[in-house]
Amino acid sequence: MNRFLDISSVGIEFNTDSGTFRALDKVNLSIKQGEFVSLIGHSGCGKSTVLNIVAGLLEATEGGVILEGKEVNTPGPDRAVVFQNHALLPWMTVYQNVELAVKQVFKGQKSKSEIHDWIAHNLELVHMSHAIHKMPHEISGGMKQRVGIARCLAMQPKVLLMDEPFGALDALTRAHLQDSLMEIQNDLGNTVIMITHDVDEAVLLSDRIVMMTNGPAASIGEILDVDLPRPRDRLALSESPEFNQIRNRALRFLYEKQKFPGGGSRAKKPRLEAVDGASESKSASAAA
Amino acid sequence: MANASVIQGNFIKMVSHKSGLSPTMVNSLRTGILSLIGILTFLLVWQSTANNIDTSLGQFPGPVQVYEQIGNLVSDYQREQEREAAFYERQEERNARRLAEDPDAEIRFREYTGQPTFPAQIITSLKTVAAGFLLATVIAIPLGIACGLSETLYSAINPVIQLFKPVSPLAWLPLVTMVVSAVYVSDDPMFAKSFLNSAFTVALCCLWPTVINTTVGVGSVNSDLINVSRVLQLPTLKHVQKIVIPSAIPFIFTGLRLSLATGWMVLIAAEMLAQNPGLGKFIWDEFQNGSSDSLGRIMVAVLTIGFIGFILDRLMLFAQHRVSWDKSSVLK
Repeated sequence: MNRFLDISSVGIEFNTDSGTFRALDKVNLSIKQGEFVSLIGHSGCGKSTVLNIVAGLLEATEGGVILEGKEVNTPGPDRAVVFQNHALLPWMTVYQNVELAVKQVFKGQKSKSEIHDWIAHNLELVHMSHAIHKMPHEISGGMKQRVGIARCLAMQPKVLLMDEPFGALDALTRAHLQDSLMEIQNDLGNTVIMITHDVDEAVLLSDRIVMMTNGPAASIGEILDVDLPRPRDRLALSESPEFNQIRNRALRFLYEKQKFPGGGSRAKKPRLEAVDGASESKSASAAA
Repeated sequence: MANASVIQGNFIKMVSHKSGLSPTMVNSLRTGILSLIGILTFLLVWQSTANNIDTSLGQFPGPVQVYEQIGNLVSDYQREQEREAAFYERQEERNARRLAEDPDAEIRFREYTGQPTFPAQIITSLKTVAAGFLLATVIAIPLGIACGLSETLYSAINPVIQLFKPVSPLAWLPLVTMVVSAVYVSDDPMFAKSFLNSAFTVALCCLWPTVINTTVGVGSVNSDLINVSRVLQLPTLKHVQKIVIPSAIPFIFTGLRLSLATGWMVLIAAEMLAQNPGLGKFIWDEFQNGSSDSLGRIMVAVLTIGFIGFILDRLMLFAQHRVSWDKSSVLK
């Protein structure tokens, strides 16, 4: 098996007021180059923690992450992160937000005009060419997330990490962005790890769906292969029996084998996840 | 409350409809009229109370007496200016005459040293507060940023800040005075010692609000934005420049405005206490002078201090508006 990214027996503990809290235990996952993997699980199960460990934003207590044969434990632009709340700098225009990333990553490698072209090209990919000189507060939530994705694509990461990228968007906008993402991934062949709580989204986009058990000491429960042919069309798929079969298996895992834990250890979550956790529980209750 | 604002809204709508003025114009007209009523009431109360207070220096000055004293201070200033002009004119004539008698004659220029006028005292005070405030800002903002970025540094410095923050800068004044006269020894001093004393005292009280607010502002940068910076591996300087400072701007300005306001208050007190030139000295001199005009002149100074304090705060607000990226935020 072509081991591009290896998450190897990763566990993490957080120190809290009431002693240590083990969030993850023995998480093992190998990802091939160009693969699109979704992490799915109930809120509070540690999906974001896995992503943040791969990103290097959190350090694993044991185990490690190996990317192309090298261990990674600090953040870097080779593992770009698309944050749920877009995380654009509100004092910079759309162009400047992408420019900050491009200038930092391609310092000394690209000329001025090449940098300009590269920024324009990436904004074109996400269909944002019409608003490059707008400020983030002047564009809609979906547009902001498009720019957030463009900023990450422009770093040419080895792995694109997406932390519930469409979780804060309305259903129509989300569908639009999912289509765009499929198109881009089809063209560029990025390796993607995406966190989601939306089963349909996971089945539509992924090559594999990794389903996590509930915390504490969460781990990987089951992995589902999604063999649906690409390019995928959401309308055609909704009537395809294969699609529905995979979807049902995922739902059965989430709602039968891993019933929603309902709060409990939520207060012990570290600061990194505070923002993510709040909106996660909101959307979970909206879905119920 | 809600009911009152509804009534107010209806009132504006009604007036706007009848007069043909736009609602915003009616609203600002309304604010203007209310301010005017407020000020007139204040003047009325002031005058009637003042009439009933008798001091050893005569009656407490009411608005009318204060208005007279403003006139007096203006004519004092004009008289002093005429004297100064006359002095330089005489000096020039004298020098020209000497040169005509003997081309090699040594000619001397002397600065005019008259009584400092009220406007001159205002300018001295403004220069002093500006110097002290700038000095404090140059130290406080970098220190605050460093404290906000590094928990270690913050833990180390915080006790010192907490210890000195509640100290009235006037307590420092004797120490500052002694240190300045011991350390700042120069044959041709660029700054007067009294200026330095006042400026350092102002700086000592301007430091803390800016340091503390900057620290808080830098500490509360959105964690997602910090993560963006970490993923991009931005160098510290760039991280501070592109992410930390723009985020912390509102906090920094809150600190600066608090600093400037207290600095201005402390300066007046320091000038009174140390007899350093400025508005404070003007007040003290008038008090010691004890003429029947003194109280009126002091009242003019009091109003001037208030007005300048207000203008300084507006200037800071204007600066914040220029610097801030968020033009839609309401600054108060």
